[in-house]
Amino acid sequence: MNLTTTLMTILSTTLVYAAPLIFTALGGTFSERSGIVNVGLEGMMIVGAFSSSIFNLSFDRMFGDATPWIALFVGAAFGCLFSVLHAVATISFRADHIISGTVLNMMAPALCVFLTRIFYDGKGQTPELNDGLGTTTIAGLSKIPFLGKVMFTQTSLVAWFAILVSVICWYVLYRTGFGLRLRSVGENPAAADTLGINVYQYRYMGVLISGFLGGLGGAVMAQSITLSFSISTISGQGFMSLAAMIFGKWNPLGAMGAAVFFGLAQSLPIIGAYIPGLEGINSVWFQVAPYLITIVVLVLFLGKSVGPAADGENYIKSK
Amino acid sequence: MAETVVEMRHITKKFGEFKANDDISLSLHKGEILALLGENGAGKSTLMGMLSGLLETTSGEILINGKEVKMKNPREAKDYGIGMVHQHFMLIPAFTVLENIILGDEPIKKGVRIDYTGAAKRIKELSERYQLDIDIHAKVRDISVGMQQRVEIMKALYREANIFIFDEPTAALTPQEIKQLMKIFGALAKEGKSIIFITHKLKEIKQAADRCVVIRSGKVIDTVNVADTREEAMAEMMVGRKLRNSVEKQAVDQSKLVLDVSHLNVEKKGQARVKNLSLQVHSGEIVGIAGIDGNGQSELIEAITGMQKIKSGTVQIKDKDYTNKAVRKITEAGVGYIPEDRQTVGLQLPLTLAENLSLKNYYQQPANKYGVLNYQYINEHGQKLIKDYDIRSRNELEPVGSLSGGNQQKVVVAREIASDPDLLIAANPTRGVDVGAIEYIHEMINNERNSGKAVLLVSFELDEILKLSDRIVVMHEGEIVGEIDPKDTSSQELGLMMAGKKVQPNVQEAAQ
Repeated sequence: MNLTTTLMTILSTTLVYAAPLIFTALGGTFSERSGIVNVGLEGMMIVGAFSSSIFNLSFDRMFGDATPWIALFVGAAFGCLFSVLHAVATISFRADHIISGTVLNMMAPALCVFLTRIFYDGKGQTPELNDGLGTTTIAGLSKIPFLGKVMFTQTSLVAWFAILVSVICWYVLYRTGFGLRLRSVGENPAAADTLGINVYQYRYMGVLISGFLGGLGGAVMAQSITLSFSISTISGQGFMSLAAMIFGKWNPLGAMGAAVFFGLAQSLPIIGAYIPGLEGINSVWFQVAPYLITIVVLVLFLGKSVGPAADGENYIKSK
Repeated sequence: MAETVVEMRHITKKFGEFKANDDISLSLHKGEILALLGENGAGKSTLMGMLSGLLETTSGEILINGKEVKMKNPREAKDYGIGMVHQHFMLIPAFTVLENIILGDEPIKKGVRIDYTGAAKRIKELSERYQLDIDIHAKVRDISVGMQQRVEIMKALYREANIFIFDEPTAALTPQEIKQLMKIFGALAKEGKSIIFITHKLKEIKQAADRCVVIRSGKVIDTVNVADTREEAMAEMMVGRKLRNSVEKQAVDQSKLVLDVSHLNVEKKGQARVKNLSLQVHSGEIVGIAGIDGNGQSELIEAITGMQKIKSGTVQIKDKDYTNKAVRKITEAGVGYIPEDRQTVGLQLPLTLAENLSLKNYYQQPANKYGVLNYQYINEHGQKLIKDYDIRSRNELEPVGSLSGGNQQKVVVAREIASDPDLLIAANPTRGVDVGAIEYIHEMINNERNSGKAVLLVSFELDEILKLSDRIVVMHEGEIVGEIDPKDTSSQELGLMMAGKKVQPNVQEAAQ
């Protein structure tokens, strides 16, 4: 394999694995910027992966090639719906954010596998999806010399979409009134309240957006990587996204960059063999690498990076 | 008379069964500076909370520009031109000054984008007009307290407020910043804005206000013209009785040596903070340690109470050695300690009043039986002290953190004095406490002296030291630089000694 092809393989595989993490890390960013800690991203991803898989399997005759893309939206919608639980528990009932998120993480796999067994005659795994997202060569951009080949040939279209979404998220958070207010309720809800900002409303929006993006991330996982739904479809990606969000300092662009890095780590078992110098290493190491890297990154950066000041604090309005 | 912009009629506010405001009426005119005077916990902040839309009235009506209004949230208050500057600033440290000012009222360009340049221009114009010196691009966490307050004022101006409410605006300011604030008050009033400011500092009222509404226990006592009312008269209205400027010292036996500190050296972070210091306190006397903050007073006291390691020298209490002994051993030797910082050292804010009042005896009978806390005793003990020491609270089960500063301090004083110490150490016992509570705490301390206890008092307030002490020692850079008799020393002379200088007529200004 020549250099261009090697780079193309590494980059496209990285992007395929990064896409779910990018969406989910962006989701985490919205939730935590509004002051609600979201360790339930894993659960939201599971719900997104499950619902999108069911939709894909049930409707792929009706929608044809567009099915996986519509399935993404379905996964996002169900993720959003699922996140209502977290929002109600933490914002309206002032539950501990970590506990509520953990409940989501325990409930989602149990519920989704249970439903899978009901829908598919007691099997714990759905049949394989006929239509996945696959790879795309982007017309026009792929004609650019060298870069076109490396970046835009047989690449993951949904990953580029994720990168575009992260730019939009950054713009929303840092350039619009909505973003300023959302961040303000995560920094000092009492101050936001005195300025007439409805703290509860903005926190609900933060959590629901995170559910939408987390569900989308899970759906991407199912539609482009596993191509089915089972208990192992989502195995720690939600927590990796959380780590990416922290590593990225709660900034959409930082989170995206960190997610791409974790994507690279996750794609190691597949691309490791192609990287010169790494061929001889036992593939077991590549398989544990993403989890090890996540832990190392968290240990190194969790203490240092400063999140929103009121992240995890419930707000009680005096009457 | 100028037109009335705010009228509050028969306002009552209840929290549960507790009446924080009871039938309060007041009015504010255009261009007027109105002071709201009252002790901590008198209900001033509650009243202003209703005017700024943070709280809802239980009964009564609020009229703005002659029309009755019902405000459900701060946004509606803002629409009526009311701007509130809170005591604890409502700012977001991680945001820039500009973001803090426009938050909630962002100017929008092209449908979604915040127009930062337009906002900056408008803020610049306003800051020139009202001489509000602010740096709009700095992060709030990097600017001084004085500037933070100007940002708060700018927030209100930016929202075109005509009525400004200030909740204890000078509490955290330096004297220079207070001067500047008073100038800003003047500038605002001249532009036809009306100001209400909450305070318990009489000097500021004399300096800035036109009229003054005095509130006590949730009721209006009187509304006076500041120009023709003496400070003392306002103070008496506020606390509801005559205030005394001196304490009554009875003749007691002062022969017994209680605290004997000898050649003490204390180091903190490798620096010598107390240098070869010797000090004696006898029964029945109050020894005042005067000095400017940071001259080793805190370290001296921490060393005596066992909270700081002693490098050399000895501390003897009632002829027994307590050098570098555990805090509990020292406490049990009969030492009461009113620490400088009540919130981090003196109290456990989330615990109840009763629990805080038992922090010194919770491990002994009868508060503790077979290792189990006896809450019946703890709560009854709490009730008794609350009554004896006039601590204003709903009941003994209220968390201490929700009390006002003065009442929190009374909790500490009550606990320490109730433990019947032979030696009472008080460090700035009246810092951040209102006039009525100051007088009360002074009397409690003096009573200890009159009943034959030894008292060591550290204070940065010259008047306090001069009023209470039998003897005064002056500390400067970790050493005692002199001992004086309060009866023939003026606060000016004492001030000069604290600065480490000998008294000379021509250097008096340097000490101020």
